[in-house]
Amino acid sequence: MTAVAALLTLADARLPTGGHAHSGGVEQAISAGVVIDAETLAGFLDRRLQTVGPVAAALAAAACHAVTSQPRGHADHGDNLDEAAATDRRLAELDAEADARTPSPALRTASRALGRGLARLGRRAWPNPAWAALAAAPHHSIALGVAAAAAGVQPAGAAHVAAYLTISGPATAAQRLLSLDPLTVAAITAALSASVDAVAERAARHPAGPLTAGSDPWFDLLAETHASREDRLFAS
Amino acid sequence: MPPDHNLNDTAGPEPGHRHAAPLRIGIGGPVGSGKTALVAALCRTLGAEYVLAVVTNDIYTTEDADFLRRNAVLPDDRIEAVQTGCCPHTAIRDDISANLDAVELLEERHPDLDLLFVESGGDNLTATFSYGLVDAQVFVLDVAGGDKVPRKGGPGVTSADLLVINKTDLAPLVGADLEVMERDSAAVRADRPTVLLSLREDPTAAAVAAWVRDTFEARRAAQPSSVPAM
Repeated sequence: MTAVAALLTLADARLPTGGHAHSGGVEQAISAGVVIDAETLAGFLDRRLQTVGPVAAALAAAACHAVTSQPRGHADHGDNLDEAAATDRRLAELDAEADARTPSPALRTASRALGRGLARLGRRAWPNPAWAALAAAPHHSIALGVAAAAAGVQPAGAAHVAAYLTISGPATAAQRLLSLDPLTVAAITAALSASVDAVAERAARHPAGPLTAGSDPWFDLLAETHASREDRLFAS
Repeated sequence: MPPDHNLNDTAGPEPGHRHAAPLRIGIGGPVGSGKTALVAALCRTLGAEYVLAVVTNDIYTTEDADFLRRNAVLPDDRIEAVQTGCCPHTAIRDDISANLDAVELLEERHPDLDLLFVESGGDNLTATFSYGLVDAQVFVLDVAGGDKVPRKGGPGVTSADLLVINKTDLAPLVGADLEVMERDSAAVRADRPTVLLSLREDPTAAAVAAWVRDTFEARRAAQPSSVPAM
């Protein structure tokens, strides 16, 4: 396994990319009375991992693969220019695929805000020509795939980070909102490790192939209801 | 005070004419010390001299932004509010992404901005702004919080570029000794300035506005190439 430290960096909750202000729907799930304690939080996280996780992981793996499969060390050669253009087209295509898999406008906004934060960091921390192909605010999973590739992480690693991030952010958000025992919350996240691995491995199996298009309307509804509130603490 | 802005981080095509980046001033301090009232006063006092905008970081998104709008200090499109996910200090120090988004949005919308205030959510004495987000920072205490606060110190009190001790008109009512506060502040702040203020008695916040002007001019003098065309 290569670039393990870079992978750990990408999965670090303290990475300054704006994630701390997003709850992944758990703020609204708490307001709705669905998540009330550690047990219901565990259920929420498992559902999010199983439904939102595969799509995020597949998109991240595909974006990572689009960059790693087209190394462009010598952009002055015609062939490499064509390859670079193909990578850029593929990344634009994947960003549109992410839009298509995100029907909720609030979730699109949240994903692009997180993508903007990660791209801002990625451009500084892991310079790579592929960043130029992305808009200022790409979808988070696309920015994550490019960041992973630029940091030397393979598509499977990008998928692992994406799958893990679908639960780590909401877990700590719920910890803050419900004043849960942080040890309990960390134990819940740890107990999902094997599931995270399974989701990521399945998502990264064919990073150049057709993308999964699973959805969970509950998270769309949570996000839309949440976005209309005046009294929310989190951005999403 | 090393500004750490990296304008190259802004993606997308460079605008044909780029105004010098606005001076960003952070306004922090404990809950209820008068941060929003100070921002409103500064906007009123400095609004005729500078092109201004404000970013607010409140517990609930729009409380402070609404206060500024209600008081018609600035038009709506010059105020942006960000959510901080229960962690106001994180949003100004450890992960400034959401605030940078708001800053960049205001800069794009108003390319002629001179001055940008970033008001933090009310926090504790350890809350400071990252110099990746602001060029200079003001920490606002109030007399009613107790005259021992400057002596307690903490990064907000000791390292802010300007310390404002607000609500001096309340000192006799709460038994606070202004001389003690001023002396303790001077002791922990080396050469950094402290201003005693009562917004009730001076709604223009003249002393703070003067510091803002000085800071603006000092920065302009240090960056002669960024002087905006007249």
